[in-house]
Amino acid sequence: MACRTCLWLLGTAFFTCTVRLVVEGTEVGAPQGSHPEPGVVGSNHSQAGGGHGSSISGIQIVTFKWHHVEAPYLIALWILVAGVSKMVVELNHSLTSVIPESALLILIGWILGGIIYGAGKMQTFTLTPTVFFFYLLPQVILDAGYFMPNKLFFSNMGAILVYAVIGTCWNAATVGLGLWGCWLGGAMGDIDIGLLQFLLFGSLIAAVDPVAVIAVFEEVHVNEVLFIMVFGESLLNDGVTVVLFNVFDAFVSLGGAEIDAVEIIKGIISFFVVAFGGSLVGIIFALLISLLTRCTKNIQIIEPGFIFILGYLSYLTAEMLSLSAILSIVFCGICCQKYINANMDECSVTTVRYVMKVFANGSETIIFVFLGISAIDPAIWVWNTGFILLTLLFIFVFRFIGVFLLTWILNKYRLVPLEFIDQVVMSYGGLRGAVAYGLVAMLDENKFKEKNLMVSTTLIVVYFTVMLQGITMKPLVTWLKVKRAAVTELTLAEKIQNRTFDHMLVAIEDISGQIGHNYMRDKWHNFEERWLCWLLMKPSARKSRDYIFNIFHQLNLKDAMSYVKEGERRGSLAFVRNETKADVDFNKKFRASFSEIMPDIMADNMGPDHVPLSSILQDIVPSVCLDMHEQDLEMRESEDFNAHHLLQQHLYRGRKQHRHRYSRSHLETNKDENEVQEIFQRTMRSRLESFKSAKMGVAPAKKIQTKHQKKDKPQKMPNGNSTDKSKNHPYGDKDLEFSEGDCGSGGEAAGDLFPMRAYGVEAGIVNPAFMAEMDPMDNMQQMQQIPHVALLPQTLNSFDP
Amino acid sequence: MGASQSARTEHEFQDLADRTGFSLEQIGNLNKRFRQLSKNEQTLSRQDLASISALDNNPLRAQIINAFFDKRNLRQNEVGTVQVIGFEEFLMVMSHFRPAAMHITEEEREKLRREKLRFVFNMHDTDSDGTITLEEYRRAVEELLSKAGTIGQETAKAIADAAMLEVASTTRGKMEPDEFYEGITFENFLQILKTLDIETRMHVRFLNMDTATMRCGK
Repeated sequence: MACRTCLWLLGTAFFTCTVRLVVEGTEVGAPQGSHPEPGVVGSNHSQAGGGHGSSISGIQIVTFKWHHVEAPYLIALWILVAGVSKMVVELNHSLTSVIPESALLILIGWILGGIIYGAGKMQTFTLTPTVFFFYLLPQVILDAGYFMPNKLFFSNMGAILVYAVIGTCWNAATVGLGLWGCWLGGAMGDIDIGLLQFLLFGSLIAAVDPVAVIAVFEEVHVNEVLFIMVFGESLLNDGVTVVLFNVFDAFVSLGGAEIDAVEIIKGIISFFVVAFGGSLVGIIFALLISLLTRCTKNIQIIEPGFIFILGYLSYLTAEMLSLSAILSIVFCGICCQKYINANMDECSVTTVRYVMKVFANGSETIIFVFLGISAIDPAIWVWNTGFILLTLLFIFVFRFIGVFLLTWILNKYRLVPLEFIDQVVMSYGGLRGAVAYGLVAMLDENKFKEKNLMVSTTLIVVYFTVMLQGITMKPLVTWLKVKRAAVTELTLAEKIQNRTFDHMLVAIEDISGQIGHNYMRDKWHNFEERWLCWLLMKPSARKSRDYIFNIFHQLNLKDAMSYVKEGERRGSLAFVRNETKADVDFNKKFRASFSEIMPDIMADNMGPDHVPLSSILQDIVPSVCLDMHEQDLEMRESEDFNAHHLLQQHLYRGRKQHRHRYSRSHLETNKDENEVQEIFQRTMRSRLESFKSAKMGVAPAKKIQTKHQKKDKPQKMPNGNSTDKSKNHPYGDKDLEFSEGDCGSGGEAAGDLFPMRAYGVEAGIVNPAFMAEMDPMDNMQQMQQIPHVALLPQTLNSFDP
Repeated sequence: MGASQSARTEHEFQDLADRTGFSLEQIGNLNKRFRQLSKNEQTLSRQDLASISALDNNPLRAQIINAFFDKRNLRQNEVGTVQVIGFEEFLMVMSHFRPAAMHITEEEREKLRREKLRFVFNMHDTDSDGTITLEEYRRAVEELLSKAGTIGQETAKAIADAAMLEVASTTRGKMEPDEFYEGITFENFLQILKTLDIETRMHVRFLNMDTATMRCGK
C-alpha cells in the first residue's frame, strides 16, 4: 500500500514539475483551442534551433536548449507517462479485475488533464485525429489482424459480415433518425442542425470499436464464437463507417437540395468499392510481405522490421486511395500470418509477436489516457441534456434491438444457433471508443455548427460504454451464466455421456451432411496448398512443416538422453533422490530447448487451431468436438507416434468452450507452458521408465512409443493396444495418483516406479491436459474426480470378471 | 427422373414423413445425401459411411457407423446387425436425433428421452445383452478418450472403472466385497443420466433448405 501511494505521489510530482517547466517554456506559442495543428503536443513547437540565432555575450558552458528538443521530448515524455499510468493501474490486481484497465486509464487521463489544465489554464495536449489515425491506431489493428484466429474468423464470416454491415447501417440509421425525430419534437431545444448532420453523427457513433472491445473482453472470458463475432464485427464495420461518414459528409457539403438518386447510388457503390478495395490492398500487401520474407534469409536480424513497415504502408496506401484503411491492415495481417510465420526464423517470429504486442498495448494505453485528458477542456464542452441523454438511450436500445433481430434471422441459417445469453453479451458488448472520437474530431466546424456538442456527446458516450458497460460486463455475464447453467456437479458417468453425445452429434452431422466441409472450403484449401504455399513459402519452410513434430520428438529424445547421461555420470540413480535439483534442471532444460521449438509449433498452429485447452473454462457444460485439423493431416507423416499423440492431446477441445483467447497482453506461449510441460514430463517419465527397465533387465515396459501410427488414419489407434495393458497397469495407477499433487506420498518407493515419483509429483498442476479428455471443467471439479480414480487399486478386484 | 418416379417418391416421402416425423423438405435433403453417400445405389454399406472423411477424427466413428447397421436402432425389435441399409433405415436412425418439438406433453418428452437414450445405450451395449458390462464400458470410454496412445488408454480404463463404481454405488447402494456388479442396465442408465437434458441436447438441426453444404464432398 505504502509502495503504491509513494509511486503515485512520485508520479504526480514528477509530472507536475514537468508540466510547469513545459508550460513556462512554451508560453511563446499559444495553442489554438482543442484542435491544434498536427503533432502530439498542442503547443507550438516550431522553434527548434531558434536558440542559435540570439546574440551571445560570452561562451556558455552549458545551455538549456528546450526548444531544440521540444517536440521529440514531449512525445517521449507522454509515452513515458502513459506507460507509468499503466503501471500504476496494474499495481492492484483486485482492482483491475473489477474495473477494466481501460476505464482506469481514462480516469488517470482525467487526473492528468486536470493537472495540466490547472497548470496552464488551457488544455495543451489532446488526442488529435491525425495522431490518432496515423500513429496510434494502425498498430492496434495490425496486432488484431496478425493474431486473428483465421479458421474461426472465416467460418463465422457470414454472421460477422451481417452484423458488421447490416448491423452498423441499422444502428446508424436508427440513431440518426431517432435523434432527428426528437429534435423535430423539440426535445433538444434550439440547435443549428439538420437531418443530414444527424445521420452523419449517427453513422460515426454507431460503429463498435475494436480497441474498446478487446480492452473489455480481455477481462470477461466469453466463448470463442461470441468473441469472434463481436471482435470481427468491430473490425469489419470500419468499411461501413468510412463510407457512411464520407457520404454524409459530402452530402452535408452539397446541401440537402443536391441529393438525388444518382448520389445515393454512388454512395452505395462507394461502399463496395471502399470495402473490397481496402481488403484487396491489404491482401496485396500480405502477398508482398510473404514474398519478401521468402528472401530475407540473409538479413534475419531486420526481418521483423519489414512486417511492420509493410503493414503500415498498407494502411497508408488504403488511406491514400480513400479506401478503408482498417480493412486493409486487418486483411494484411490475416493473410500473411501463416506464411511469414513459416518463412521467418523462429527468433524473428518471436520478435514480431512481442513487438506487435508492445506497440499495440502501448498505443492502446496512450489512446485511453488521452481520451481522458482530452475531456478536461472547457472549450469543447457544450451541454445539451436532451441530445446527450437521447443519444445514450438510442445507441443502447437500438443496439439491442438490432442484435436480436439479426440473430433471429441468422439463427435460421446457422447450424449452431446463438443463444440468448450470447446475444445479450453481444449487444451489451457493443462498445464505442476512440475511433468515434477521432471521427468526430475531424468534422469541420464551419459546416457543422454544433461540432462541439457532438464532440461532447461522443466523449460521454465513450466514457459510458467503456467505463460503465465495461465495469458491469463481467458481473452481468457471471450472473447470466450462473442463472443458466446447471451448477450441480456431474458424475463421471454423466461426463462421459456428455462427451459421447458431442462426438455423436458431430458424427451424425457429418454423415447427414449438415455441417460439411464446404465445397468451396475444400477447393480453397487445395488451391492454397498447391499454389500459394509454393509461391509464398520458402521451400525449406514447406518441408519443415511436416517434420516439425519430428523435431519435437528429437528434442525430447535428446533431452532424455542427456538427462540420463547426466544421471549416469553422477552414479546410478543417485540423481533421482535429489528431487528438487532434478526438477530444476529438468525445467531449465525443458524451457531452454523447448522454447526454441515452441514458437515454431505455436506459429505453425496459429492458423487453424492452436491453443490447447485453457486451464480455466467458463462454460460449465463440457463438450468436445473434433473438427478436422489441417495440422492433423500433416501429423500423420510424423514418424514419432508419441509426439503425435502428445500433441493430439492438445487438440481436444470443446465446440462451445472458451478455447481461444485473443489477448492484448498475453501471448499464447505463456498459457500453454504448464500443460506442455506436464505432457513433456510425462513423456520423459515414460521414456525414463523404459530406459530404466531396460537397464535393470526388466522386460521393457515400452511399446508405448512403438504403437506406430502409420501414415493413415489416426483412429486405428484404439485397436492395436492390447498387449501393453497388463504391463502398464500398475504404472498407470501410480501415474494417476501423482496428479493429485500429493507431495506427501513421495516417501515410499514402489520399486522401479520410484523415479517417476521424484519428478512426477512436482508437476503439481492438476493437469487439465492429463485428465482433460475427461472433462475440462475447472480444477475444483477435477480435484474431485481424482478421488474416484484413486479408489482404483482397492476396488478393482471386485470388477474383474 | 421421370415424372412418375418423382410422384412415387413424393408419396414414399410422405409416408416416411409420417413415420419418422421429418418434414418433406428434410427428407428430400436427406435423400440427396443418402444417394450421394451410396453413390446412387439403393443401399448403403459400412464402407460408404466409413469413407466420409469428416469422420476420420471422430473417436466414436466405429461405434456410430455400427449404430446405423444395428437392428435395434431400426425399430424392428430385433437384435443383430445388417450389412446394408436402405433409405428408410437411414432415416430411422437419423430420426433419433430430431429435436424435440416445441410443445409436447410430459409423457411424449419422456418417450423421446427414452428413445434417444436407448440409442446411446445400444451403442455401448455391443453384445446386445441388455446391459453394459465393465468390458463394454471400458471399451467405450477408451475409444472415446483415446485418440492417443497407451497412456491415454490407461487413463481411459481407470476412468471407466471409476465411473462404473460410481454407477454401482448409486444404483445398488453399498455392495459386499464379494458381490459382483454385472453391468449397467437400461433403467440404471436412465437413472444416472436423469439430470442431463437429453431431449434438448441430443439433436441435430436438420435444415429444411438445400444449402451449398449439401454439395460437400465426402
